[in-house]
Amino acid sequence: MNRRELARALSNPESIVASERPKNPWCVLGVTGAPGVGKSCLVDQIVKGWLAGGEKVAILAVDPSSPISGGALLGDRMRMSSVDAGENVFFRSIATRNLPGGVPSHLNKMVDLLIEQGWTKVIIETVGAGQSEIRVVAVADRILLVEGPARGDVIQAEKAGILELADIVAVNKCDLEGADRVAEEIRLSLNFSADEPAPVILCSAETGEGIEDLLETINTLSCAKGPTIAKARERLLAAHQELMLNHPNFTDAVKGLSDGRYTVEEALQRLR
Amino acid sequence: MPTPLRIVIAKPGLDGHDRGAKVVARALRDAGHEVIYTGLRRTPEQIVRIAMDEDAQVVGLSSLSGAHGFLFPKVCELLRKAGLEDVVVFGGGIIPERDRPALYKSGISAIFGPGTTSSEMIEFLNNLEV
Repeated sequence: MNRRELARALSNPESIVASERPKNPWCVLGVTGAPGVGKSCLVDQIVKGWLAGGEKVAILAVDPSSPISGGALLGDRMRMSSVDAGENVFFRSIATRNLPGGVPSHLNKMVDLLIEQGWTKVIIETVGAGQSEIRVVAVADRILLVEGPARGDVIQAEKAGILELADIVAVNKCDLEGADRVAEEIRLSLNFSADEPAPVILCSAETGEGIEDLLETINTLSCAKGPTIAKARERLLAAHQELMLNHPNFTDAVKGLSDGRYTVEEALQRLR
Repeated sequence: MPTPLRIVIAKPGLDGHDRGAKVVARALRDAGHEVIYTGLRRTPEQIVRIAMDEDAQVVGLSSLSGAHGFLFPKVCELLRKAGLEDVVVFGGGIIPERDRPALYKSGISAIFGPGTTSSEMIEFLNNLEV
């Protein structure tokens, strides 16, 4: 499969035929975090590091489609200078609308295809803004949560449920004031709830400070128990949701619920 | 909703003016398309690579620097060389009338200058057979 054929195949994830990727070594890094914390710039640095280490890196950047127009503005690659040249890097922007009902399972197939085609590392990048984004990133073998200073307190991250999924936390923009304090708060929060808390790394995609440390930590990261369970949970919920959305009675259940024919209980019965 | 087109909006060459490109990107998104914006100062080679990896059906080139006479045909030529001859290319920006025939000849399907309404562009896209 040449590059063009690969790009084409990724446009039709439901018709992808690829064998399941091997579990070892791990190859899929999920990167998530709130808008504006510097995910794309940090991914750019990670990609550069991996390329220098001889990896073939593919990036899948997932962004939500507008629920009103169905369109999407996909601008993640403009922040990544590393991705537009060289044979060993592949970047694809994905709008969620292309993957109705089954973003995680479609993504899974896309990753399998990329690995089968000789890409050695895949990065899934998505804004960590809600439950559906968490599901997207739970496809990954390892999850990097990106945080930054001046974002309010760490309760925000805890509330979103993303912190418990993270195998590693990067506090980006450490050249700005307040980053130390954010890192400390996250460490405290992680220590409070986990036996093997995820490492918290201070770094700056802008100045390059801490990037080597981050790369080293990512490359040698073993998967802690907490995130493994949290990921499995999200994957299961995603699969269940997909089953429901694809159920032949789904449209009827939604309609019946909205026009008062069914109660929620009855609608659920229709989907059993 | 109809299947959205995948459209790359690109700024080729040394040109820092992207207000127009961003307005176009936004308008096409609101018309229900998936728009990939490249950011500033891309080479023709990079733009072709982006069109390929993103599996785009349409590429829009914006130039306000005066270098369209070189850059636009170069993108078209490289697209053909890469086997992407079916990708539709349109242009926009400051493109004088006298330069346009040569650009059309090189493979540019349409040119939208200042004063174009977004509905004109959307109609052009809706009429494409891609």
